[in-house]
Amino acid sequence: MSSNIKELVESLNNNKPDHKINIMEVCGTHTMAISRYGLRQLIPENINLISGPGCPVCVTPISDIDWIIGIARQYDVSIFTFGDLFRVPGTESSLYNEKSKGKDINICYSPADALDFARNNPGKKVIFIAIGFETTIPLTSVIIKRAYQEKINNFYIYNTHKLVPEALELLLLDKEVEIDAFLCPGHVSAIIGSKPYNFIAEDYHIPCVISGFEPMDILESIATIIRQINKGISEVEIQYRRVVREEGNPAALKSIYEVFDKSDSVWRGLGNIPGSGLKLKKKFLKFDAKTYFTVKRFKSREPAGCECGDVLKGIKKPTECRLFSKICKPENPIGPCMVSSEGSCAAYYKYEKIKVQHLKNLNMTLI
Amino acid sequence: MCLAIPAKIIKINKNIAEVESLGVKKEIDISLTPGARVGNFVIVHAGFAIQIIDEEDALVTQGYWKEYLGEQ
Ligand code: SF4
Repeated sequence: MSSNIKELVESLNNNKPDHKINIMEVCGTHTMAISRYGLRQLIPENINLISGPGCPVCVTPISDIDWIIGIARQYDVSIFTFGDLFRVPGTESSLYNEKSKGKDINICYSPADALDFARNNPGKKVIFIAIGFETTIPLTSVIIKRAYQEKINNFYIYNTHKLVPEALELLLLDKEVEIDAFLCPGHVSAIIGSKPYNFIAEDYHIPCVISGFEPMDILESIATIIRQINKGISEVEIQYRRVVREEGNPAALKSIYEVFDKSDSVWRGLGNIPGSGLKLKKKFLKFDAKTYFTVKRFKSREPAGCECGDVLKGIKKPTECRLFSKICKPENPIGPCMVSSEGSCAAYYKYEKIKVQHLKNLNMTLI
Repeated sequence: MCLAIPAKIIKINKNIAEVESLGVKKEIDISLTPGARVGNFVIVHAGFAIQIIDEEDALVTQGYWKEYLGEQ
């Protein structure tokens, strides 16, 4: 990161495109950083940053949550999940509610914690909620291989893993969504590298820049996108060179595809996306909670009035939802985008209300 | 959810490494970064190293996380 914030902002202003452009930041951590540092207010007005579907909790269908709650109610099981999913409302309850009613639901920091628990408690059936994009998937694949090698028979995963590039293609095909460039996720790309985005630049002529998470990273990435747009070119560039290599992390990729095959997956708000999910290979199917446990039929309903679907596609800003901050708040979330620490609604609620303060913070810490 | 924070490897025992990050020591799994050695910096996500990075880069990024986590 060579230049300082002030110079970058100035150069963005001097080189701003002559028309309005929409840059979608795919990753929830980017959304958080953009809101936190008030970057929307720093960049030229005709550069519109829109948030995408990059929060794994937010794109998990409500039926998955209902299913997990069904397992917790019907079976004597120990469920392990990342904290973000804990408070997401299902149709009639949440994991948090179920825990307060005495169900054995635990927040874990690492998937390895869930496997350790299964190993140490052979009499219990243990389910890990395997949620997340390519950043997290190799972790699940490591513990599945380990469970297999160690012949652990009381461990299962509820698999909701999803792949990012396939979802981006769906957005490009959606006529309602207008995207001129992607700010691609840094830590997903640490695993997959830059090549999986090539088709977006080549076939759809959309610039893709893989960005780090600090304000300077994001501004530099936006400057790179603008440079491409002004030149009329579309390429995949890596701004986040500190962490991302073109080839990604080959060991992690190998591990994923030793355990999983590609499959279709349903995304909340986006629907079924071919090839955007993963299923356990036959050899590992005995670890699949959906195969082992049968949940009684239930009917899932999206929360009335919640616009998460349109927010996830970048069609609506959180503030355009009628419930935003009036009824839906982090302490009383209606939809997943307000629950997750990386959800767009949570980011807007937490940070975008006190803009001036952010600019001040930014000046203090970065110039 | 995709948060990943740099840490320095202090000790390695098979696939488990002791790392230090922002003054805190903990154990992580290094199976996904087979090239990781004692003294290397890695990016850690949910208890696993997912990439090896340069020391200089790690220090830049740690400063940011210190501030970010301090605010949570
Ligand atoms: S503000 Fe709440 S109800 Fe509205 S879209 Fe966001 S999460 Fe859904």
